[in-house]
Parts: sequence; C-alpha cells; structure tokens
Amino acid sequence: MTVQTTHRVDARGLACPMPIVKTAQAIAGIGSGELLEVLATDPGSTKDFVAWSRTTGHELVEQSVEDGVYRFVLRRK
Amino acid sequence: MTIAERPTTTEGAIPQPEAAPAEPRAPARSDELLIIFESGDLERTWGTLILATSAAASGMRVSIFLTFWGFYPLVKPGVRITGENWMQKMLSVLNRPGIDHLRMSRLNFAGMGPWMAKRLARQHGVASPGELLEVARAMGVRLIPCQMTMDMFGLSRDDLIDGLEEPAGAATVLEQIAHGTPALFI
Repeated sequence: MTVQTTHRVDARGLACPMPIVKTAQAIAGIGSGELLEVLATDPGSTKDFVAWSRTTGHELVEQSVEDGVYRFVLRRK
Repeated sequence: MTIAERPTTTEGAIPQPEAAPAEPRAPARSDELLIIFESGDLERTWGTLILATSAAASGMRVSIFLTFWGFYPLVKPGVRITGENWMQKMLSVLNRPGIDHLRMSRLNFAGMGPWMAKRLARQHGVASPGELLEVARAMGVRLIPCQMTMDMFGLSRDDLIDGLEEPAGAATVLEQIAHGTPALFI
C-alpha cells in the first residue's frame, strides 16, 4: 500500500548531498508526526536515507523504486 | 604437493573476524563536526562542503576552521588582489582567490582540469562549490578564520565573504577536539 502524503521534496536529478539537504530543510518546516515524501534519482540515496533517518531519528516509513525514481516517505519525529 | 593438490581455499588459515552483531552496536555519538580546511583545492573544497552540508542536514553542529590555502576560496568574488606588501599580493596573484577560481591538486592543466570537473559535475547534478557554500551558510555552518593566516597573508575582514565568525587560533580548535568533537584535516 502506498502511503499518501501532503508534503513533497523533488530531488530528482540531484546528486549527493542535495537530496538529504533539501529533505532536512523541508522536514524542518512540517509538524511533528507529519509525513514527507521525497523523490530522488541518485542511487546512493537508498543507503543515505536509511543512515540519515537513523542519525536524525526521523522515521523512514516507506521506501520504493519505480522507473529509476526512488521514493522515500519520512515521518518527522 | 602439486599445484592441483593445493587447497583452493584459505578458510581457517586466516583469523576471521567475529560475526557482526545483528544490530549495529551503539557507538559513541557526536553531534558536532570540525573540519580544519587547509588545502583550498577544488576537489577538497568540494569534499569539505559536501561533508559540512550533509552533517548540518543530519542535525550536527559544524565548524570549519579556515587556515592557509583554505582562505582563498572564501575571498569575496569581486576581490582579485589581497595583501598589503608585494609578497602577500604575489600570493593572491599566483593563487587566484574566489570560490569560482579554485585549482585542482592534480591534473589542473592551467584550468582545463577544473573546467572539465565542473562540466562533469553539472552533467551529473552535482552542486558547485559556490552553491554548496551558500547552502552551508544557510544551514548555520560556522566558518572560523585563522587569525595567524590572516596576519601572514595580509587578509582583512573586508576581503572575505560576510558572515564569518571571529578569527581564532589553534587553541580554539583544540578545545573542541579535547571535548570529543571529531576533527578532519582537509
């Protein structure tokens, strides 16, 4: 099942570190417990978002890939 | 023993590390990072700023201590010559200041190397050092100038981009390290 979100970061076409940077900036602007969807094409992001969620404590709720686009759903702590 | 009879595996001969624990052990955590930025090279400026912005994005408090060649990337874009006497001026003539004029530590080829590196970076969606510097400042990365280098190179605060911390010395850096902040020398 695909989680529906209202907040989104489009980091497609961007390389390290911008997907993480843009995600950090966006998650600072949403409320605790709210969901943020991130789209990225950087293959390294699959590892980076897992690590980043462990470092920051924001939960990685969902992770998927479709047509070379990675989708991450994070819940702000 | 012929070659064919030799064991094909060295299993058992080399001490193997113990199996990794299923869960990563909780390591000592640090929420600070210090980078002593000395080189000023294009590729090392890139690395420094990528680490600094990623660390800031991970909630870490990041300081970059600027020393020696690390100053020239942070000279204001419009400033071409820095220094007061001829030797100090010569340093900036031979080492063009500004984040858009960095040289590579190898394969510089009079600017051909950096030109290609920047072109490749653009093609692959990699932010430029100038863009990353703006991101770093917006995310609160602290840039601490080394007072001794400023004096030696004849650099004034007006030569440098705005928003730098008060100049300081090695003791300031070492105090952070003494309290456990991981430090990188780049």
